Amino acid sequence: MSGPIHIQPGETFTLNVGPQHPATHGVLRVKMEMDGEYIVKAETVLGYIHRMHELMGENRTYPQVLPNLSRLDYLGALGYTHGHVLVIERAAGIEVPERAEYIRAITVELNRIASHLFWFGAFVMDLGGFTPLMYAIEDREYILDILEAVTGSRLTYCYYRFGGLYNDVDDDFISATRAFIPRMRKQLKKYDALVTGNIIFRKRLDGIGIIPAEMCRKYGATGPVSRGAGIDFDVRKNEPYSVYSEFDFDTPVYHECDSLARYKVRMDEMEQSLRIIEQGLDKLPDGPIMPKKKPKLIKPPKGDYYQAVETARGSFGIRLVSDGSKNAYRFKLRSPTYSNMSLFDEACEGMLIMDALAMMGSLDLVIPEIDR
Amino acid sequence: MTMTNESVKQALRDLFPDPVPVVDEPASEDAEEKEETRTNGVLERDHAAYGYDIDVQLDPGELLAAVMIVDKAGFFLESITGVDWIKNDQLEAVYDFSRYDFDTCRIVIRTRTPRSTPKIPTISKVYPGAGWHERETHDFFGIKFDGHPHLVPLLLPEDADFHPLLKDFKP
Repeated sequence: MSGPIHIQPGETFTLNVGPQHPATHGVLRVKMEMDGEYIVKAETVLGYIHRMHELMGENRTYPQVLPNLSRLDYLGALGYTHGHVLVIERAAGIEVPERAEYIRAITVELNRIASHLFWFGAFVMDLGGFTPLMYAIEDREYILDILEAVTGSRLTYCYYRFGGLYNDVDDDFISATRAFIPRMRKQLKKYDALVTGNIIFRKRLDGIGIIPAEMCRKYGATGPVSRGAGIDFDVRKNEPYSVYSEFDFDTPVYHECDSLARYKVRMDEMEQSLRIIEQGLDKLPDGPIMPKKKPKLIKPPKGDYYQAVETARGSFGIRLVSDGSKNAYRFKLRSPTYSNMSLFDEACEGMLIMDALAMMGSLDLVIPEIDR
Repeated sequence: MTMTNESVKQALRDLFPDPVPVVDEPASEDAEEKEETRTNGVLERDHAAYGYDIDVQLDPGELLAAVMIVDKAGFFLESITGVDWIKNDQLEAVYDFSRYDFDTCRIVIRTRTPRSTPKIPTISKVYPGAGWHERETHDFFGIKFDGHPHLVPLLLPEDADFHPLLKDFKP
């Protein structure tokens, strides 16, 4: 468990990790200058799955952009669509019925658990443990089934509408979600016993992959990456949106700054999401899911609007510059993994390559969301 | 709002030596060919309506001084982007800063540069994380960030010579 090693100038070679590599979980390429097993310098190369969603946001009308947002992050898509509908509602001044906001919060949290579960499985698989992935996928399947029944899709949801939802949840959704909560709590204990204490697992993560708080700040890292560096920051708490101020939940924070801290943050977050879902189901009010008065054509007044939401990966922001027409003038997407990944080049200098790849796994990358 | 936010606001206001009343609205309603006109200065915005609290517009020459103020106050860099105001023949660069401990405080710093020679100093020496954001803004808008150590395409192909978010871009 040594810290970063300072390398004497000597013979180095270049190693390409990716763009097609199992450890990068997508089309990401890192050009590494190597001294033996140690990284001297790394340069991340992006753009292999760049689709210019921001331009599509400009040349389509507002409702036409709705499906695009779930194509950013296919593991936690609802968080991104939530941010999108919120910024349009803020700009156009659309009131959202309370029931719709509660259902949004419940489904976003379900999606967050699904995203963390997949990350958990893939991350442990990166480190050589295959079995946890099987457990995680099975549990995630329950969530996907629940969400599929109400949204109609399993990954790329287009469930939220400006002002509300596409359709209301039924009793099956409520009972299936209620049944899922105790099951997931039991599973989380199992994961903890299976993985967290494992000596091989800990030796790969404990004290390795240090991302200090100051580095987080300079690069704008958010979400579990910054919470693993002792920063108590969660958009749901700091800048409450939707109905999150109604819920009683904690922000898990660990101060070790290493890969293990980021692992622990996500594992604890699943329990907090379960708490939110539980309270959401208890408090779920009756009523409409779409507002009575809603403009037929969405035309936000001229202006520059910003909305941040806490997705599974961190703070996702949308800047909407409107010129008063039915298309956005500028549609900027601030994706959390983009900022989280930008610190990788600096953080991995002097590390062993397998430690750096473990650290990359702990960042929870989804490449289409970086490239947009 | 905390004391730090007040002192940041004051420090940003001090950047503008002779305060002129900040105008946000267009001078006249029939000014169709020009977009929004706004003088440099510090504006306070309603967070509930806009999503940010402090809105600063300044000349590119003052950018670094403003960024150093928000850096010293402990803000983190949220994003950098551009907006093409083609009717005014200007490109705008927009910087978002936010706080980890914030009491709903997001600072937006904007600066404009002529469309024909878009040039803005880099802030990557203050915020290394700006490196990628500036490269992306250069990709999409062609704004040259003066002093950037590695201003090559990030998201676009490495030989890209087009800027897709310019309003006169034809694919």
